[in-house]
Amino acid sequence: MTTLTRTQDAQSPIVLEKAEIRSWKAPIALAVFVAIGAVIFIGFGREGESTFVLSRRGDAIQLPAIVAPTLATCIAIVLLLAAITAWSAYLSYRAHKTPVWALGAFGFLFVVGFLTWAAAGASLPVSGLLIGTLGISVPLIFGALGGVISERAGVVNVAIEGQLLAGAFVAAVVASVTRQPLLGLAAAMLAGVLVSFVLAAFAIKYLVDQVIVGVVLNVLVAGLTSFLFSQVLTEDTALLNSPPGFDPINIPILSEIPILGPVLFRQTIIVYVMYFAIAAVWFGLYRTRWGLRVRSVGEHPQAADTVGINVASTRFWNVSLAGAIAGFGGAYLTLDAVGSFNKEMTAGAGFIALAAVIFGRWDPIKATLAALLFGFATNLQNVLSIIGSPVPSEFMLMLPYVVTIFAVAGLVGKSRPPAADGKPYIKS
Amino acid sequence: MSEQIPPRGRVDPVAVEEASAPTTGETPPDEPRSSAFLRDLMGGSAAISVLAVVLALAVGGVLIALTNEDVQSAAGYFFSRPSDMFQAIWDAVFGAYRALFQGSVYDFRRDTFAAGIRPLTETLTFATPLIAAGLGVALAFRVGLFNIGGRGQMLIAAACAGWVGFSLELPYGVHLFVAVLAGVLGGAVWGGIVGLLKARTGAHEVIVTIMLNFVALYLVSFLLRTPVLQAPGSNNPKTPPMADTAVFPPLLGPAYNVHAGLLFVIAATIYVWYLLGRSSMGFQFRAVGENPNAARVAGINVKNVYVVAMLISGGLVGLAGVSQVLGTITTGFGSGIDAGIGFDAITVALLGRSRPWGVFFAGILFGAFKAGGFSMQAAEGIPVDIVLVVQSLIVLFIAAPPLVRTIFRLPTPGQPAAPRSKKKAVTT
Repeated sequence: MTTLTRTQDAQSPIVLEKAEIRSWKAPIALAVFVAIGAVIFIGFGREGESTFVLSRRGDAIQLPAIVAPTLATCIAIVLLLAAITAWSAYLSYRAHKTPVWALGAFGFLFVVGFLTWAAAGASLPVSGLLIGTLGISVPLIFGALGGVISERAGVVNVAIEGQLLAGAFVAAVVASVTRQPLLGLAAAMLAGVLVSFVLAAFAIKYLVDQVIVGVVLNVLVAGLTSFLFSQVLTEDTALLNSPPGFDPINIPILSEIPILGPVLFRQTIIVYVMYFAIAAVWFGLYRTRWGLRVRSVGEHPQAADTVGINVASTRFWNVSLAGAIAGFGGAYLTLDAVGSFNKEMTAGAGFIALAAVIFGRWDPIKATLAALLFGFATNLQNVLSIIGSPVPSEFMLMLPYVVTIFAVAGLVGKSRPPAADGKPYIKS
Repeated sequence: MSEQIPPRGRVDPVAVEEASAPTTGETPPDEPRSSAFLRDLMGGSAAISVLAVVLALAVGGVLIALTNEDVQSAAGYFFSRPSDMFQAIWDAVFGAYRALFQGSVYDFRRDTFAAGIRPLTETLTFATPLIAAGLGVALAFRVGLFNIGGRGQMLIAAACAGWVGFSLELPYGVHLFVAVLAGVLGGAVWGGIVGLLKARTGAHEVIVTIMLNFVALYLVSFLLRTPVLQAPGSNNPKTPPMADTAVFPPLLGPAYNVHAGLLFVIAATIYVWYLLGRSSMGFQFRAVGENPNAARVAGINVKNVYVVAMLISGGLVGLAGVSQVLGTITTGFGSGIDAGIGFDAITVALLGRSRPWGVFFAGILFGAFKAGGFSMQAAEGIPVDIVLVVQSLIVLFIAAPPLVRTIFRLPTPGQPAAPRSKKKAVTT
């Protein structure tokens, strides 16, 4: 798929080497999506009109619902997608890369096309779709941020699942007993840090394979919380497992923005902390001395050691920080989304967060976007099952994961982790 | 950012103890051979494994005692009659572990040997799929791949083997063979997709396996609602029972559940042992696992190795799915047929240190915990989740021999063989 042509000027005294790399991955992947789109949207084309409801009752600014003729819109979108693909192929031919915004536009159009097709003869609540998306994404984003920090410092964090679960459990118990949700939040962070301590101690001090420790910690936390849940929490649910939740806080003006306002600015404090955390992690990693140290320890610990950075302690405390962030995300489940603890309630969210870290190429912003994508995919099915989906619901459920596989294989390609990720550093 | 300060006080005592271990254990030149042997025995990996199990059971005992109601009530008047509390602790912990033993090895309450030994056969039944799936995960580990896709591979394998098992009519023997082959091939294809994507596009196997788990789950759920897999005339998403000709015959007569799948698993263990340890392909596998770049330089086709390794890994995990549908649950299955074995297999592979026979015995141990855990729950009311705690602790302790040595103050065997301690000793 990749052709490499070298031109070398023999006359010149300085040997100039020019490499032109033509990668056909992007256009091929896009073409696959266009084919899928053409088959589904047009081949199985549906008559009728698709209605997108943009405003909810009670919003200050009421937008009219968009009504689109299903088949015509689908055809138009497929043509647009084909145009982007052709342009991408042209760029590849000229040995240019397809810009990211074009891929983003492609993805957005594809989703719009899919929604149009799925909502034929029904009305789709856009705000509801997005609110649900954010709700599912919150623990994923916290987990992914924890994963990014830990892996940037050179410690593979497979234990995100365990950190989320520990956070959820401890938050529920502490908040129930003290009747203070804020204390529950603090305790959740502490629980995440404790899980991280074990991970860090085994990985950094005992040089145990980090993937092993991570996997085992997930099992350990799942076992511990389930055991305590069955043995202790169910004995006295009122005292131990009925945490007071947070109330949503409406941000005065921002919450009235059409569509996005109710989604982003009518949330609980945990979600606002999340916005801050995303920005802070990004800024911290790329713009501060702390971030430089973290990245240097993860990329080239020996060099970092040479200039006087204590590799072991930098890694130790950043893995702990990662645990605190993931634990915070776990608290969202018990203090906001669900309202009580349940056995293994994270249900694989930690592994999805891990996938988001890799999908997002170890970058906090991209990992957040990947987490949102997974959240959207999960929630899409919930919404479509309400309005009645045109294909067996299992295929709707499957689609996001299939799309992710294609996206990872075709567009992301070989993702390069931090160079020293997963490798213990032995000071010599 | 204040977290950067290294935690001197916290880490030091253990580190000092560890650093001093080599000096205390140093062998005088004229040491008698018997004591050198004893030291190797006590500090060697066999002793570590046994001690790790003891330690994990001890921690489990503490958990059981802490959450036991009799212990809690006896603790209320501890200072007036302390013996009551110790009696309660003994009763709780001893009762639990006796039930665990009686449920997994030998039941002394039965009159005849034939009835008493039944728990051991249950252990083998539970161990059968665990070993098969553990072998698959372990093989992938040896090639440097992390196969979390056990669930998907098992489901696809179960669907393939099950379909052959109930829908075809073949003579006795041939039918079973074809069904097993179909299942193993199904698992191999599902695993091979991962290897192919990794080799051709560089897609990270963790993402792809997680995504394929979901795809397989929804695919099988869909098929369970269509005539392909659903039992005729039924509304439940469940298959009809397997034909008698396709079922694994019971190994020890109809009184016991243990089935001929165990023989297949033993054969698989021997095959993996031969493949990894004795064949040229296994050498390539291990070389790629150690260092893919070096392997490439040495002329090994790394991409090819990834594909073949994932094919075999998926096939082995598929065998676990086959043994579930044709051996353990032959009356028809639903989408929960994998029973979490795909994830348990990761711990089994880790405990077995990715060595074929290690995985074999680790699978039997975990099978014993599974069989015993259920009888413990039934007899003593202790949630089966405690088994997860003990299992994960065992793996954790075994993975970190220095920790176990520190706890039990064991000597480090073979001084020069421990480079880490030596380095520390030199620097101090």
